[in-house]
Amino acid sequence: MAAITSVGETPMAAPAKRPVGMQGRRRRRLNLFRYVVFTVFGLFFLLPLLALARWSLEGAKLGSWSLTAWRQIASYSNEGIPPLISTVEITLELAVITSVVMLVLVVPTMIWIRLRVRWLARTMEFLCLLPLTIPAIVLVVGLGPIYNKIAHLSLSTLMLFWVYVILALPYAYRALAAGLNAIDATTLSEAARSLGASWFSVIVRVIMPNMWDAMLNALLLTSALVLGEFTIAFFLLYFNLQVELYSISRNTPNAGVIFSTSTASLLFAFVLLLILSFARRRRRGIPG
Amino acid sequence: MEGLSRHYGAVVALDHLDLTLRPGELVALLGPSGCGKTTTLRLLAGLEDTDTGSITVAGRDITRLPASKRDMGMVFQAYSLFPHMTVRQNAGFGLRLRRVGAAERDKRALEMLDLVGLSTQADRYPHQLSGGQQQRVALARALAIEPQVLLLDEPLSALDAKVRAQLRDQIRRIQLEVGITTLFVTHDQEEALAIADRVGVMREGRIEQLAPPTEVYSRPATSFVAEFVGLTNRLDGEVSGGQVTVRGCTLPLMEDNVPDGRVVALVRPEAVTMASHTSAEASPLVGTVIAITFLGATSRVTVNLGDTTVMAQLATSDATALSAGSRVALTIRPDPVLVSASSAPGASEAGEEA
Repeated sequence: MAAITSVGETPMAAPAKRPVGMQGRRRRRLNLFRYVVFTVFGLFFLLPLLALARWSLEGAKLGSWSLTAWRQIASYSNEGIPPLISTVEITLELAVITSVVMLVLVVPTMIWIRLRVRWLARTMEFLCLLPLTIPAIVLVVGLGPIYNKIAHLSLSTLMLFWVYVILALPYAYRALAAGLNAIDATTLSEAARSLGASWFSVIVRVIMPNMWDAMLNALLLTSALVLGEFTIAFFLLYFNLQVELYSISRNTPNAGVIFSTSTASLLFAFVLLLILSFARRRRRGIPG
Repeated sequence: MEGLSRHYGAVVALDHLDLTLRPGELVALLGPSGCGKTTTLRLLAGLEDTDTGSITVAGRDITRLPASKRDMGMVFQAYSLFPHMTVRQNAGFGLRLRRVGAAERDKRALEMLDLVGLSTQADRYPHQLSGGQQQRVALARALAIEPQVLLLDEPLSALDAKVRAQLRDQIRRIQLEVGITTLFVTHDQEEALAIADRVGVMREGRIEQLAPPTEVYSRPATSFVAEFVGLTNRLDGEVSGGQVTVRGCTLPLMEDNVPDGRVVALVRPEAVTMASHTSAEASPLVGTVIAITFLGATSRVTVNLGDTTVMAQLATSDATALSAGSRVALTIRPDPVLVSASSAPGASEAGEEA
């Protein structure tokens, strides 16, 4: 019996080690592959950004460095176009208004449909995702006459928020739907109702606080979309940040202010992303 | 609840259901899936609308009142604590909606948490609690608003067996301590029989029997109740002169006015006992043991009688003398039995479990 055991154990030990070694090598190869992919894609994204930053800091002479382009963000103006700073302000205002309108319209509607008219969910999803399939230029063609009709009201660029809400709908909807799917909204609402909560309280006090992450994601996506939008503003003859930058580049092709403003706009989006993820981490890390 | 009906398309979930809860009692609704027990609870809570019928609480008609104004405390099958609130905030949520001051709200929330033994966990979040603890907090939250009726919708079904038994007893203790009228929905007959003052056995949207647990078990009103609650042997018998003869044993009938003729008698396993002698080899209740299930103080012995099998619940001390393949003679204790119409195919098969 002892002999059988020892004979049986010896060959068992060898193949037992082999997979560990193989696994180790495979893991190392996999890690190497990950690092290579990460580096290649990192450079792919980082190099244009570094170039942008460099050109925004390059002085009039090649090889010299200056903050002039950054200072110009606040003061740049040219004939035939509004001052740069005003379009920065308007674009930021547009981002805020679009995000707020989006959340106010979509969040309660989605919750209401989930809780009370579930049969409408598919229709809502279809409608919200529809703008993804419609090119911006087609939207412009459709919206042009409407904006022309109301042009005599001398509407501000801020009126673009209606179109931006439509454009941002698919992204915001997806983010919010993921948040809503992550909670048992029906049971939570029934529990709250049985405790005496009105529908308003159910939505505001029970469901929405459990969707903060999703709402922050929707906010980020909407803001990023508004900050980078060009086509619709350009064709509807409104000046937002991107249209302004385009106009500056057409008049003065080498103006460093284009690069500094673009970099600033990107940095703003990154900071927003950081703030939102920090807020998320804080919410998750609530001690208890 | 009077004449309560609810349809989902062509499906009848509740069919003119009548149910009256006495103040301070715990009524358990028991029945198979789809029998309408949860629908009853949801109609009472106002989470669904009735098609017909009325619901009255303490003389007030609440049939058309929204859920938020019904003053019912409810504990759900799924974990329903608000994830973004602490245990204390959850327990005080209903009071907050009633605009109770923060100090008073905190005091009452802690009292309720103390009642369910969780006051030390007041500052934890739901995700930091076990399933049993979450359901206890849900109970505290429901009780904190001092509801007129407490509704429990299978609150123990997501828990493991040990926690379920503990929490079941705790619910009963708290219910008696608070003296609150409670409607408890479950598909677990052990749960229902263990804690309810009265058990309502439901089938196809109607209550077949509403009675104390012992009565439901020992004097089932219908064959469905007899078969659903506990284990039952279905044995062929012959009714004659107000008695039924089952495999040579004459038994009294539970119902009056049963016409003479062939029937199926519903006999509880505990009414089947070992005969004192084994000489009557030709007796219709002599057979071969095919399985013995140890249940603790008792054991369930399944005996093949040749044309059918029968289950007997015997004292374990008697059952230990037996083994699979043993020949055994049985007898039936002359307890009143329920009979149902005979001749259904397979009607005489024994041991149908609820």
